[in-house]
Amino acid sequence: MTYTDYATGEPVADTKAPTGPVAERWDKRRFEAKLVNPANRRKHTVIVVGTGLAGGSAGATLAEQGYHVVQFCYQDSPRRAHSIAAQGGINAAKNYRNDGDSIHRLFYDTVKGGDFRARESNVHRLAQISVEIIDQCVAQGVPFAREYGGLLDTRSFGGVQVSRTFYARGQTGQQLLLGAYQALSRQIAAGNIEMHPRTEMLDLIVVDGRARGIVARDLVTGRIDTYFADAVVLASGGYGNVFYLSTNAMNSNATAIWRAHRRGAHFANPCFTQIHPTCIPRTGDHQSKLTLMSESLRNDGRIWVPKAKGDTRPPNRIPEDERDYYLERIYPSFGNLVPRDIASRAAKNVCDEGRGVGPGGQGVYLDFADAIQRMGRAAVEAKYGNLFDMYQRITDEDPYEVPMRIYPAVHYTMGGLWVDYDLQTTIPGLFAIGEANFSDHGANRLGASALMQGLADGYFVLPATINDYLARNPHQDAVTGEHPAVQEVLAETEDRLNLLLAVDGDRTPDSFHREVGELMWEFCGMARTDSGLRKALERIPQIREEFWRRIKVPGTGEEFNQSLEKANRVVDYLELAELMCLDALHRAESCGGHFREESQTPDGEAARRDDEFAYAAAWEFTGTGEAPVLHKEDLVFEYVHPTQRSYA
Amino acid sequence: MKLTLRVWRQKNADADGAMSTYEVDGISSDMSFLEMLDTLNEELILRGEDPVAFDHDCREGICGACSLVINGDAHGPERTTTCQLHMRSFSDGDTIDVEPWRASAFPVIKDLVVDRSAFDRIIQAGGYITAPTGAAPEAHATPVPKPDADFAFEHAECIGCGACVAACPNGAAMLFTSAKVNHLNVLPQGAPERETRVLDMVEQMDEEGFGGCTLTGECATACPKGIPLVSITSMNKEWLRATRKVARR
Repeated sequence: MTYTDYATGEPVADTKAPTGPVAERWDKRRFEAKLVNPANRRKHTVIVVGTGLAGGSAGATLAEQGYHVVQFCYQDSPRRAHSIAAQGGINAAKNYRNDGDSIHRLFYDTVKGGDFRARESNVHRLAQISVEIIDQCVAQGVPFAREYGGLLDTRSFGGVQVSRTFYARGQTGQQLLLGAYQALSRQIAAGNIEMHPRTEMLDLIVVDGRARGIVARDLVTGRIDTYFADAVVLASGGYGNVFYLSTNAMNSNATAIWRAHRRGAHFANPCFTQIHPTCIPRTGDHQSKLTLMSESLRNDGRIWVPKAKGDTRPPNRIPEDERDYYLERIYPSFGNLVPRDIASRAAKNVCDEGRGVGPGGQGVYLDFADAIQRMGRAAVEAKYGNLFDMYQRITDEDPYEVPMRIYPAVHYTMGGLWVDYDLQTTIPGLFAIGEANFSDHGANRLGASALMQGLADGYFVLPATINDYLARNPHQDAVTGEHPAVQEVLAETEDRLNLLLAVDGDRTPDSFHREVGELMWEFCGMARTDSGLRKALERIPQIREEFWRRIKVPGTGEEFNQSLEKANRVVDYLELAELMCLDALHRAESCGGHFREESQTPDGEAARRDDEFAYAAAWEFTGTGEAPVLHKEDLVFEYVHPTQRSYA
Repeated sequence: MKLTLRVWRQKNADADGAMSTYEVDGISSDMSFLEMLDTLNEELILRGEDPVAFDHDCREGICGACSLVINGDAHGPERTTTCQLHMRSFSDGDTIDVEPWRASAFPVIKDLVVDRSAFDRIIQAGGYITAPTGAAPEAHATPVPKPDADFAFEHAECIGCGACVAACPNGAAMLFTSAKVNHLNVLPQGAPERETRVLDMVEQMDEEGFGGCTLTGECATACPKGIPLVSITSMNKEWLRATRKVARR
């Protein structure tokens, strides 16, 4: 049986989501969830993997509640998790602008922006909590941008017509993360969190069908150890680095979620990846990562390409009437602020037509000339100064004088571990929060919603729902290292690392990562086809086979060894890539960031096929290279009626 | 371009280290400094040698992981992080020295990687506002004057990379500590812990073995985020104020 001959198993159902009016469901769930007596909480240990917005806020909050938290991050400090790089802002339905915003509108915008592939219950909860997040962060001292009267400022983001995005210049992620890191630090000092930096999770320990711990490697000494708990929370982020070039941090990886998937957690909608429209184009083969230019720039920058193909004149020599401000032309009501998937695809289309600019024609202009004329250079500098500086450092071009060149790049993954309304995966006791889960963004995430979701999950949702699990499963029986299930996972992990070191081939971990990444970008990137995906599915097992024959990892496992870390992450990318392609192949519709060329409207927009595909695809692992089992979760829309998205 | 690199190699914390010389060729001026080191490492792996270990992650100048002393300057010749330094700042034929952060409070782990956990412990000593989840009042209940909010932001920009310590002839951590003290102490939300914060953080800083400050100003010159030198003066003022106030209690 080949990999593409997957079976369809029993549907999965979200049994934790309450019924009734959508606005009352979260209150209802919180009331129905069992509580753990404060005196009993300190007897429970919870493992949290990752210290980004989701993990940092969850660890701090669980510790505040009295749980004993054991937390891990691969970075040298929890303050460096990749949430720190988020630039633009965080959405909240505060309606401080009095511009018609409300919780219901944020809910509506997010369901529509996700192209009707997200759960209504989850999204509504997210919109409700958004309001509390801003209060929480301000109380922690997050220095959001303020007006002269001392009140909070907001700006607009793509896919919406209100101004609900709170920001801290172009460093919102940094400031929110430092808030969570500081809350975490307070709990570390209080002895409520045992923090393990420079320690990477390599596998999940499941005992009697429940998540009871992890296997992790100390990246300094190389020591592989087991850690036990009553529940495990994965907050390890997304899997965008499967593409090699992405805006993710170099060491962000999919190992924690992929290993959990291998142990029984379903992986949902892996093909839903977000290609961000405004990134700095690549310059050559040496490129190690791509850099995002915040979506907030689309508030004031205008996107254009020359009207004529192959126009190589410098931008300032191209007269106004020979420019095509294509987003303003095609989508007059949203203009440059259409959602990300639409802006990315439009950029690809004009470049495919031969109208792209810069080296290789892989770029479009993001022009601030009008904004500078309208607001003055000083105002533009105050709003976007750090982004302009970063652009200039990387490209050696001055965006105050010459328009920026931008091109889409992999940025975020909407797919992830399948979770129910309680954020629990299909393995009891294993929770996934933030980008690691699949729950809230459907097929496309709106700008400034990732920070909102990470903090909603970590500060508010998980700390309320995990009580229910712990109260129902008091775990009197402690797991120890002698348990056969533990011994088995430990041995498998050690064997895998030893094998990586033993092959002693002639190719570096990076060369394999680059190869699979390029394959994914070509066939599972901005536009996907049946034949292309089949090509990728044929090629991936070959790369995997070659990997285990030719990989070269110098050094030993008992030391600080960055090549070994890298190679081990590539092992998992080589399996995950296959599942992403299969998911993209099976979903023969276009929706949000998933664009199947076979399924488009006459004017080239994504054409959903709701009759066949209004479900979340949750995949069950059956073995490396073996056909997984598909479990469908039907999506029901009671409040936001699915329509063809229109931003025209 | 073709370059000669002299790189600090040190197998682990206990081993002795030394500078090793490598030649790299085919370096493009568009490469970042770290991409240049990637090129060297790919060659080293294929030759069966141990690649050069260095800390890096976001490669967009915000996570604070990268930490190289290049030709004697923390983060190299431009005022930015190592990851945002590009090879166009160098010329064909140059010899470039690459070393780790050097400070007794930052012991070397391997090659160019150092242990900066002392910074985390300084934050743990008081670099936070006690605001447990769920206890927050409505965000607009307390307006913050814009100049104060801007002052807080300017200091909150610190990425905790440690360049200030590496650049300081005394190995002091005053700029790092003052950045956090000033960020939180100027805000109304930070007021209740204003005194304990500065006293506890400074005490922890001293315990970690950082050197004393003689206001040479190298820290502020090396800081990729432009935390100003007066930040230290402001912290000293806060410390003095707190000492007096606590003494009166």
